[in-house]
Amino acid sequence: MIRVDTVAKRFGAVEALKDVSFTARNGRITGLLGPNGAGKSTCLRILYTVLAPDSGTATIDGIDVVADPIAARRKLGVLPHNAGLYPHLNARENIAYFGELQGLSRRECEPRVEALLVRLGLTEIADRRAKTFSQGERTKVALARALVHEPSHLLLDEPSNGLDVMATRSLRQWLRELKAEGRCIILSSHIMQEVTALCDDIVIIAHGRVVALGTPGELQQRFGQTSLEDIFVQTVAQT
Amino acid sequence: MSSTILTVCRKEVIENSRDRRTLFSTLLFGPLFGPALFAIMINVMISQALSGAEEDITLPIVGQEHAPNLVAFLRRRGVEASADLESLEEATAAVREGEHEIVLVISPEFPANFRAGGDARVTLVFDPSQTRLNLSTRRVRGLLNAYSRQLAFMRLQARGISPLLLRPITIDEFDLSTATGRSVILLGMLTYLLLFATLMGGFHLAIDSTAGERERGSLEPLLTTPVARADLLLGKMAATMCYMMLSLTLTVAGFTVALYFAPLEQMGMSSNFGPLVALKIILILTPFVPLGAALMTLVASFTKSYKEAQTYLGLVLLVPTLPLIIATFLNIRPDLSLMWIPSLSQHLLIIELIKAEPLNLGYLGVSTTSTLLFGALLAWLAIRLYDRERLLRQ
Repeated sequence: MIRVDTVAKRFGAVEALKDVSFTARNGRITGLLGPNGAGKSTCLRILYTVLAPDSGTATIDGIDVVADPIAARRKLGVLPHNAGLYPHLNARENIAYFGELQGLSRRECEPRVEALLVRLGLTEIADRRAKTFSQGERTKVALARALVHEPSHLLLDEPSNGLDVMATRSLRQWLRELKAEGRCIILSSHIMQEVTALCDDIVIIAHGRVVALGTPGELQQRFGQTSLEDIFVQTVAQT
Repeated sequence: MSSTILTVCRKEVIENSRDRRTLFSTLLFGPLFGPALFAIMINVMISQALSGAEEDITLPIVGQEHAPNLVAFLRRRGVEASADLESLEEATAAVREGEHEIVLVISPEFPANFRAGGDARVTLVFDPSQTRLNLSTRRVRGLLNAYSRQLAFMRLQARGISPLLLRPITIDEFDLSTATGRSVILLGMLTYLLLFATLMGGFHLAIDSTAGERERGSLEPLLTTPVARADLLLGKMAATMCYMMLSLTLTVAGFTVALYFAPLEQMGMSSNFGPLVALKIILILTPFVPLGAALMTLVASFTKSYKEAQTYLGLVLLVPTLPLIIATFLNIRPDLSLMWIPSLSQHLLIIELIKAEPLNLGYLGVSTTSTLLFGALLAWLAIRLYDRERLLRQ
């Protein structure tokens, strides 16, 4: 379970997050929805501990991300925005390197890497250098890299960025499987359809604040609108 | 903790072994460039040293008919007298325009004054600012002085006076420099090239594993792993050191081979540069490797891009060479008080080694300790800065 409580963060004169609170539960996919620059990435970056909040707290399974960032990171699998691979390593090596950094021995790593390559349909490119990969292949390998240690929590920053229809479809299928295994998943997106299709809980962020949150059904009931897009436009316009 | 440092180090070593840029700077640039440059320098110096003394020179002489004996004297000593200039004005113009380095002008009054035993004058026209090394000028002047001295001796003898009267003091030269000692001037360049090659060995890796990592977008995922940033940076520095050591070893080996074939004896020099000296040189320079790696990583960590890092690191490459340049100008001798200065202490120790002096272990101890401490300080600073949040936002 991930809990974010009245978190604020500013970069110089820019207030990126003013007041953000929400809870992401296990076995559910929580979507952070918002326009570009709303603070979704900043929020995720605070959760995966590369940024520290100015005020407020964030916890992963009760572990404070500021007090013990390394313990918090151990619980996380992360796909940052535009994540890069090592161009001179092949897919297998890129994934295994992160497995070892997560504390797995090389012997433990090997079968997990193989399983991930099969599950993501990457076996054909497993031994190719990453510099030759397409955007979709790169994202898949980055995702496999984030999952190699079988984390209980997953943070995905715009995971379907640059993926084609088929790849997006298999990503969704895969996220549902991970959810079914009881993991806590947070993904950010500015694409309405993606959030509608995938998420159990939705947190709409605009201008550094949470403007609405709930299940898709709850949001529809509260705003009396049928499409999530209408709700989104309405809530963002209000602030 | 130490196993993650090893994991990071191994990955950087493997990844960079597949990168042409690293291989170029580590395996080719240092080990080939240094020794090759050195071999060329030695050959140029030898050909220059030989050319000054032996070569025949052409000297235009105005008014040859006024002093046929002098002209004959010069001819016998390898001067080819040409008669294509007619007057002092022509001679001045020819030198000014760079047609000739030097012209000898014999005035029409020369024979009369000469016969009278008076003030027989010749004029040398030259421009020292234009000529290369003034070798011809020096040579012609020396020949004229010799001719003058020879005439004086003959005239004194004709009058029954000992020519030794003209030389109340005789200078005997007693050259103390040894063949190995003389080669030091040339081999002083060696340390510079070795330090340069050592730094070049880690140059690309230091940039690639820091600024390059950020530019490619792989830094952020890396920072989400449960590894302390200090361990990540230490692993990267360790990999940089591996390549620097490789480059240093290859470069020293390259020099050992190059100096084996260099015609040092022709210049009255000898080098005691064998496998044992090569090993000692590597031993002396090894403490410099962590210092260089920390320095380059520190600088490269805080540049925005690969290109910017290259620019700044180019300047950093000059820093360790500054003490060497100062040492060469001031002709500094090894002293305990200088041994705490990294790069200078290594330079002085290597020079002593090449002079076939015994290695002063006390000096080596101070040099090693101080260089390692400087390296640790820079590494600590790099880690402190790497821990900051701003690392990602640059």
